[in-house]
Amino acid sequence: MVVMRSVARGVARFALLMLAVSFLTFLLVGSSPIDPVQANVGQAAYASMSPDRREQLAERWDADTPVVERYLSWLGDAVQGDLGESLRFNEPVVEVVGERFASSALLLAASWVIAGAVGLVLGVASGALRDSWLDRLVRGYCYVLSATPTFWLALIALMVFAVYLGWFPLGFSVPIGSTGAVPLTTRLYHMVLPALVLSLTGIANVALHTREKTIDVLGSDYVRFARSRGEGLRSIVFRHGLRNLVFPALTLQFSQVSEIVGGSILVEQVFSYPGLGQAAVTAGLGGDAPLLVGIALATAALVFLGNALANLLYGAVDPRLGSRVREEVR
Amino acid sequence: MHTDAEFHHHHRHASGSRHPQGRHLLSVEHLSVGFKMYDPAAPYFQAQKVDAPVIKDLTLSVHEGEMLALVGASGSGKTLLADAIMGLFEPNARVTGAMWFEGQRCDAADLARLRGHGISLVPQSVNNLDPLMRVGEQVVGACGRGRAGRERRRQRVERMRELFRAYGLAAEVERMYPHELSGGMARRVLLICAIMDDPRLIVADEPTPGLDMDLAIHALDDLRSFADGGGGVLLITHDLELALSVADRVAVFRDGTVVEETACSSFAAPELLAHPFSRALWHAMPEHGFSAVDEEGRE
Repeated sequence: MVVMRSVARGVARFALLMLAVSFLTFLLVGSSPIDPVQANVGQAAYASMSPDRREQLAERWDADTPVVERYLSWLGDAVQGDLGESLRFNEPVVEVVGERFASSALLLAASWVIAGAVGLVLGVASGALRDSWLDRLVRGYCYVLSATPTFWLALIALMVFAVYLGWFPLGFSVPIGSTGAVPLTTRLYHMVLPALVLSLTGIANVALHTREKTIDVLGSDYVRFARSRGEGLRSIVFRHGLRNLVFPALTLQFSQVSEIVGGSILVEQVFSYPGLGQAAVTAGLGGDAPLLVGIALATAALVFLGNALANLLYGAVDPRLGSRVREEVR
Repeated sequence: MHTDAEFHHHHRHASGSRHPQGRHLLSVEHLSVGFKMYDPAAPYFQAQKVDAPVIKDLTLSVHEGEMLALVGASGSGKTLLADAIMGLFEPNARVTGAMWFEGQRCDAADLARLRGHGISLVPQSVNNLDPLMRVGEQVVGACGRGRAGRERRRQRVERMRELFRAYGLAAEVERMYPHELSGGMARRVLLICAIMDDPRLIVADEPTPGLDMDLAIHALDDLRSFADGGGGVLLITHDLELALSVADRVAVFRDGTVVEETACSSFAAPELLAHPFSRALWHAMPEHGFSAVDEEGRE
């Protein structure tokens, strides 16, 4: 019963979220000053175009229909599973998003894992050794990186590692001009720099939060009692610290999904990495409402999934929540 | 040797107070604990760092085989004394004075070594247990790694099971999490944590919160029998009545210091008490009419 109810609640929330995200995206595209016809055809071609032709294109791009009307007709198709055609790519939105997501997935996942793992280790270490030189170093790094725009960091990384040092390729997910299958190692090689840049700011975020939590845990009554029983710092961090950091760390790690997805838009743009983020920029600048909505829905679903997963994990791992649920079931 | 009610080392003995090998089990001399902090009274941006003393020139002694009750109002810094004896200081704490354990003068490092190896703490509530660790694992505690660690763990698990039986805790308690414990079970678990390490001194910090008098005395029976077995107990409490019913001696704590350290029998009549504040406490007890008497003895 309880499980059924919480599943139903989750589904309802998800539907509402999708509705809100799609509507807001349409509204934003509709009020954007960009003329989709001009933006997509190009200045020169537009200027030399006959008025009839312009008319025709405007109709194809739905430029003159009011936003709400466009949204309602899109919604009617969407509930039947048809998210429309991307005007920019001349392909169904679902296909474009799927293709781009597949290309971004590895980059997103790698940055997400690196940010979580490195951030956790740095945060725990600097929290446990509070005010030591290590703590100062980590904190300094975190403050500087938190205050640094991701795209700027990406530009610096490109200049240093791709241009001056030549260690990594300048961009793209595969070598320029290559067709057909590309070995995985080559793809990974192209991914290293964007993944690192994308995870860097995530690390700062995770480390600072974990550090605060570590300090909280180490100041708790149960740690004081453990110390009074003769346990040393090392033992306390491994026996009590990590155990009690699991839940805040999980929350943080899953909330980090949205940060990474958001950051990927800028990083992919700078590295010309043909992923979801770059497609979002293309769609936004080109007034391609169906594609932009498709991308917004996909990323919102991803973030929703992350949070739902975190909640599920809580129930499974936390003994306190587990027994409360069991009692409710009884 | 001293006679029973003789005054020495700032305190008066109870009938059972003895000094084997001519020493106290624990003696704290002229202990002061203060914190370096921004003056809370000054305007925010002009606040200078000041020393805020919490414990001032405190002296007390615990003999072997006795229970000394430190009695003082809640929130008056008693727990800080427990921390000081365990060598658990905040980084901004300033500590002066001397501490002697079994005739050895102890510095901070010695006190840290004695934690769980001679001096054990019995804390106040179940909050002192890790909420995410099973009770058995916590009672056994850290054992170290490798072959020696496994052997030590085996011994301690055995010892824990013995103690669980001795204190009437079911074997299932081992597998429980702290939030599943009743108040009484939690209290016994915390005590067993201390007894596990075979301490010579137990510092019990308000071990009976929220219990009524009968239950509280019953709860302290275990500490009493630890003292009767030759160990020392420093019971920190706000409850004078409770202290008088189980302890051998009472140290009256006020404004960060011990104003009088005397046998429980001195509380039979106000004339036996040396300090005006102790006498005021005596008058405030229920059986003496709850009267609020100021320190000069005027009603």
